[in-house]
Amino acid sequence: MARGRTHGRGPRVTLATLERLPAPPGGAAPSWLAARRAAAVQRFTEVGFPTTRQEAWRFTDVAPIANAAFAPAPVVALTPGTIAPYTFGAEEGVRLVFVNGHHSAALSLSPALPAGVAVLPLSAALAHPEHARRIEQHLGSLADVAENPFVALNTGYATEGAYVFVPQGTDLALNVHLMFVTAPGAAGTVSHPRNLVILEEGARLELVEQFVGLDDGAYFVNPVTESVVGANAEFVHYKVQREGLGAWHVGALVARQARDARYFGFSAAVGASIGRTDIRTVFAGPGGETVLNGLYLVRGDQLIDHHTRIEHREPNCASRELYKGVLTGRGHGVFNGQVYVTPEAQKTDGKQTNRNLILSDTARVDTKPELEIFADDVKCTHGATVGRLDKMPLFYLESRGIGPALAARMLTFAFAAEVLADLSIPPVKTQLETLLGEWLG
Amino acid sequence: MLEIKNLTAKAGDKEILKGISLTVKAGEVHAIMGPNGSGKSTLAQILAGHPAYEVTGGSVTYLGQDLLAMQPEVRAQAGVFLAFQYPVEIAGVTNAYFLRAAFNEQRKARGEEEMDPIDFIDLLEEKLKIVEWGPEIMQRAVNFGFSGGEKKRNEILQMAVLSPKLAVLDETDSGLDIDALRIVANGVNKLRRPDAATIVVTHYQRLLDHIIPDFVHVLAGGRIVKSGGKELALELEAKGYEWLEDAPTAGARA
Repeated sequence: MARGRTHGRGPRVTLATLERLPAPPGGAAPSWLAARRAAAVQRFTEVGFPTTRQEAWRFTDVAPIANAAFAPAPVVALTPGTIAPYTFGAEEGVRLVFVNGHHSAALSLSPALPAGVAVLPLSAALAHPEHARRIEQHLGSLADVAENPFVALNTGYATEGAYVFVPQGTDLALNVHLMFVTAPGAAGTVSHPRNLVILEEGARLELVEQFVGLDDGAYFVNPVTESVVGANAEFVHYKVQREGLGAWHVGALVARQARDARYFGFSAAVGASIGRTDIRTVFAGPGGETVLNGLYLVRGDQLIDHHTRIEHREPNCASRELYKGVLTGRGHGVFNGQVYVTPEAQKTDGKQTNRNLILSDTARVDTKPELEIFADDVKCTHGATVGRLDKMPLFYLESRGIGPALAARMLTFAFAAEVLADLSIPPVKTQLETLLGEWLG
Repeated sequence: MLEIKNLTAKAGDKEILKGISLTVKAGEVHAIMGPNGSGKSTLAQILAGHPAYEVTGGSVTYLGQDLLAMQPEVRAQAGVFLAFQYPVEIAGVTNAYFLRAAFNEQRKARGEEEMDPIDFIDLLEEKLKIVEWGPEIMQRAVNFGFSGGEKKRNEILQMAVLSPKLAVLDETDSGLDIDALRIVANGVNKLRRPDAATIVVTHYQRLLDHIIPDFVHVLAGGRIVKSGGKELALELEAKGYEWLEDAPTAGARA
């Protein structure tokens, strides 16, 4: 069993016994992969887990993770019935299931796909020369091990993940559902899912990453997804984090958009005791569009943190961001939204909004927009609010015979559901509305 | 049905009602008129339980119960309805969902079962006719982005669906064009029943051309200064309110 520990300056960690990305059938890991892993491990060994003295982690103390001991999450077989409540039933397209980070062919769904499209476990894709070449080209090219210790940790110790490739001009009509399930009995284990999504020019893809915890113990999931979105391609990319309430989930999503590419991201977070998602999108060509929306529902002693960064590096790109949070109990929500506009990125149009609804006296929100604008011809706005339910709508509903509890529930549902209204994958929308209803009780 | 005795109330530190007494019987329509700032809207809102006002004295008895001791939703469940002067916009809640929730909560409070959704749609279709609306309005968020006239019509629609015993209309006529005024008044008239009463709060006489009151009360300076029949409204229209403002306080009972 390995142990990560932070003490004093220059924390040292040894995670050497964690299992690595499985070697492709018939051979050991390619040398380029081994080298990237080694560099990432080296990096993590140097910097260790972040502390609250670092600005990006000021409100999110990961000491409980740093001080815990983890074993690799074991291979466990689950019955289809166990995951059924989290699937999209008849509306499911392609489903790739990972249990404790290990691919489960038995739980996955692999319908016929258009020519050239690949939805594979990363290990299987590595065995395929053409895919292996793309993986070599892109894996680690977006998620920066120097910027985020958890990305370094993932890169060094990734066990498995999904590889999704949509070739030029192909619209994959089926939604892709990546399901990362942590099985019961997972306390004390860690998994590092690593995903790579590539859309070639003019391709279109709808993909959901769903993280489900069937254990309320302290386990750790550390996923990273890199997305390469080609020119004029459109990527609808949703993440649903519903880990067990004792879990630690620290993940990163990074996307690069070529000319005129569209990225529609959504992040929902309701699970984990510490749930952190870093999202970074980069306009690498002009004319692109990015939407980053999200919803977090925080209760008990949960900490849910979203750090987003939209990099406008090219002219004539538009970004829209709306994150909403509902917090109760001693829940703590953190939102940090960076919008970075380089001198080249003229005619940037950016709008960022974060709205929080607090239902208890002990819940807390730290919200911080960070606009860094170095171009002069741009339109960028931001707004953040933290508040309680307005009295007048409550009274209005009460005056019609609706009691205060139901009135508050209706208004809270409406507040949160606004950000679900535009979700373009219908089963995700339905699932999240149901989840929201259940969360409100 | 409703007996208000020597009611006094304030908003913050400001005393607004300075001793109102009024008795309303089933089947009656009372108009409460008065200049701006006279306290007439405050009276209406206090009857519905608006949290901005503090009752400092007096009593309100509704169907034998202490109305002031009842929570706003309990008053509504007991048949009290306030048509708001400024109906509240509620983003994200459809009119359909809101009305069905209100309707069923009131039924549940009376010990009745929730109405089947299909039956409720039938009921709604009937009630929509009263305000001359099609079903599209039900999928819009409650009052959200509604014009002033639409908001008032929506109040009348809610009133029609909820079928109150005591309806209090707070300046429902303000800001309405003549068509909307006709629709609103028509809605109120259709809901007149021998077992229900209506209090119409208004600044202008013109609504009373359409809703004929049994009694008219003039509120000024937080007191009822004059009560009379429907002809009093016409007198007010002709002479304004000034001649009454210095008049001695009258305990109103019609």
